[in-house]
Amino acid sequence: MSLSVQLQHQLPGMALNLDFDAPSGVTVLFGRSGSGKTTVVNAVAGLLRPTAGRVVVDDWVLFDTDQGIWLPPHRRRLGYIFQEGRLFPHLTVRQNLNYGRWFAPRGAQRESPDRVIEMLGIGHLLGRRPAMLSGGEKQRVAIGRALLACPRLILADEPLAALDDARKAEILPYFERLRDEVSVPILYVTHSAAEVARLATSVVALQDGRVVRHGPASDVLADPSVAPAGVRAVGAVLQVRVAAHHDDGLSELNAGGAQLFLPRIPHRIGEELRIRIPAQEVILSNKPPEGLSALNVLSGEVDAIRAGEGPGAIVSVRTPAGIVLARVTRRSVAALELQQGSTCYTVIKTVALAPQDVGGRVRAP
Amino acid sequence: MGWLGPAEMEALRLSLRVSFWATLITLPLGVFVAYALARWRFPGRQVLNGLVHLPLILPPVVTGYLLLLTFGIQGPLGKPLSELGIVFAFRWTGAALAAGIMAFPLMVRAIRLSIEAVDPKLEQAGATLGASRLLVFGTVTLPMILPGVIAGAILAFAKAMGEFGATITFVSNIPGQTQTLPSAVYAFLQVPGGEAAATRLVIISIVIAMSALFLSEYVGRRVARRVAGS
Repeated sequence: MSLSVQLQHQLPGMALNLDFDAPSGVTVLFGRSGSGKTTVVNAVAGLLRPTAGRVVVDDWVLFDTDQGIWLPPHRRRLGYIFQEGRLFPHLTVRQNLNYGRWFAPRGAQRESPDRVIEMLGIGHLLGRRPAMLSGGEKQRVAIGRALLACPRLILADEPLAALDDARKAEILPYFERLRDEVSVPILYVTHSAAEVARLATSVVALQDGRVVRHGPASDVLADPSVAPAGVRAVGAVLQVRVAAHHDDGLSELNAGGAQLFLPRIPHRIGEELRIRIPAQEVILSNKPPEGLSALNVLSGEVDAIRAGEGPGAIVSVRTPAGIVLARVTRRSVAALELQQGSTCYTVIKTVALAPQDVGGRVRAP
Repeated sequence: MGWLGPAEMEALRLSLRVSFWATLITLPLGVFVAYALARWRFPGRQVLNGLVHLPLILPPVVTGYLLLLTFGIQGPLGKPLSELGIVFAFRWTGAALAAGIMAFPLMVRAIRLSIEAVDPKLEQAGATLGASRLLVFGTVTLPMILPGVIAGAILAFAKAMGEFGATITFVSNIPGQTQTLPSAVYAFLQVPGGEAAATRLVIISIVIAMSALFLSEYVGRRVARRVAGS
C-alpha cells in the first residue's frame, strides 16, 4: 500500500508545490496552520481542484492533470475524518455508520461493523442522534463511519483539534488501534507534536506550501526548524517497554536497558510503547547528579549542539535509550563545556512525562 | 357545510382543487430552483432570481395579462399546448397555472432559506463517503430541508387559495369553471343581496388561511426537531 502525491496550487498569499510518497501506515502531514496541510487533504479527497498534480493510491489514480483524470469525490473510495466530525444530524449513529456502506462497491473488502463498533466502543450509542453525543463520542462515530465506507485510504484532518485534552486522550488510542489493526493507509493532518510522536509511521513536515522534511517521526520532531510550534514542540521519541507498575503510583519503563519512571500509565507490563520527551523538560549536567529529586537520569555522549537564533540551544545526547534532546541556554553550553563527544547526564523530571506523550505499540514501518 | 349554498360550495371545492394542483406541480420545480439559487453559481443566476420574484412585485393584473398573452389560445405557448390537448385559457387549469405562478416566489424563498441553512460541509462529507450528487441531495440535503419544503408548500397553498388578480384577468370568473373563492366573493359583492354569501366565504377564507399558517408552523417545528436530532 502506498500513496503518492504531487500538487501545485495557488492559494491566496501562498503557492503550494509539493511532492511526496508515503509508505503504508500513518503518514502525518505536520505543520503550523496556514502551511497548506488541509489543502493537500482536500485535494486528495477531491473537494478542491488543484491547478496541477497527480495523486495515486497504489495503482489507483485519483487524479492526474497530465492525463486529464479527475475522479469526483464519491468515486475515490476514501474515508475522510473531519475536524468537526460532520455527522449527519438527521440520522442515528447506526445510520451514520452505515451511510458509506450503502454506496461502497459490492466487491469491496469490508470491515465487519460489529468489529468496528466494538473497537470504537460505540455499541451503546447506536440508537442516538449526533446531538445527544459528546464531542469525543461524535469523533469515534466519525472514525467508524469513515472506516465502514470500505476506503482504500483514510484521511484525517486535525481530528482532535476541536477536543479538550481529556477527550484527545480518549480518542488517540482509537487512532493507534486503527493504525495497528486496519490495513488501510492513513493520511493524518496535525500541528501537534504529541500526536505525531504517538501515531506517525512517517512524517511530512510542511512549511509555506512546501515539504521541508520527510522521514520517521523521531528525526522530524528532533529538528527545531521544522516544529510548527517552534522550539517548544521539539522533543525526542524513545521506544520503550513497560517494565513494572509500582505501588507509589509510578510506572517503570525499560528504554534500551535504562530505567525511566513516570506517573502511572494504563498499559500492560511488557507492552511496547513510544514516549515523547519534550526538549524543554530535560536538564543537562556534566557530572553524575546527586541529591536531585528527579528520578530519571540517562547518561550519554553529546551528539550535536544546535544553536538557535535566541539565547537557546538544542543539545542532542546519545544515551542507551536513544537520542535525547535538551533545550538549554547557550550560556549553559559554555559553562558545562559541552561539545560533541563530551560525556553528560540528561535529567528528566518524572512528572514532565505527560500521559498524552505516551503511545501504544508501533508497528515497524 | 349545510349553511353554504351550491354556488359557494362549488367555489370552495374549485379553489381547493386549484390550490392543491398548483402547489403539487410547482413543488419539485420550486425545490430545484431554490437549490440552484442557493448552491450554484452560474451566469444568469440574478436573472433567474428576478424572474422568480417578478410575480411578487408586478401588479397581479399585469401577470394575468402576460399569462393571457402567452398561454391564451393564440399565444406562443398556448397554441402548441392546445394542439396537444392542454388548454389553460378559461379553464380551471388556467386558474391553477396563475395560482402556481403567483405562489412560486413565496415557495422558493422559504425553501431557499432552509437550503442555505444546511452546512455544505455535510454535503461534502456525503460525497467523500461515496454518494453521488443526486444521492447526497436525497439522503442529506432533502431530509434536512424538509421543514422548509413543508412550510413553503403550505404557504404556497394558502397564497394560491387567495389568488385573485392574475386569475380573474387570465381565466375570467366563470362559475364552476374558474370562479375560485376570491372571485366568488367579488361576484357576490356585485349583486344586490349577495353580502351574506360573501361574508360566509370570507369567514371560510380566513379560517383556511389561519389554519394553513398554524399548520405550517406546527409541522415545521416538529420536523425541525426530528431533523435536529433531539
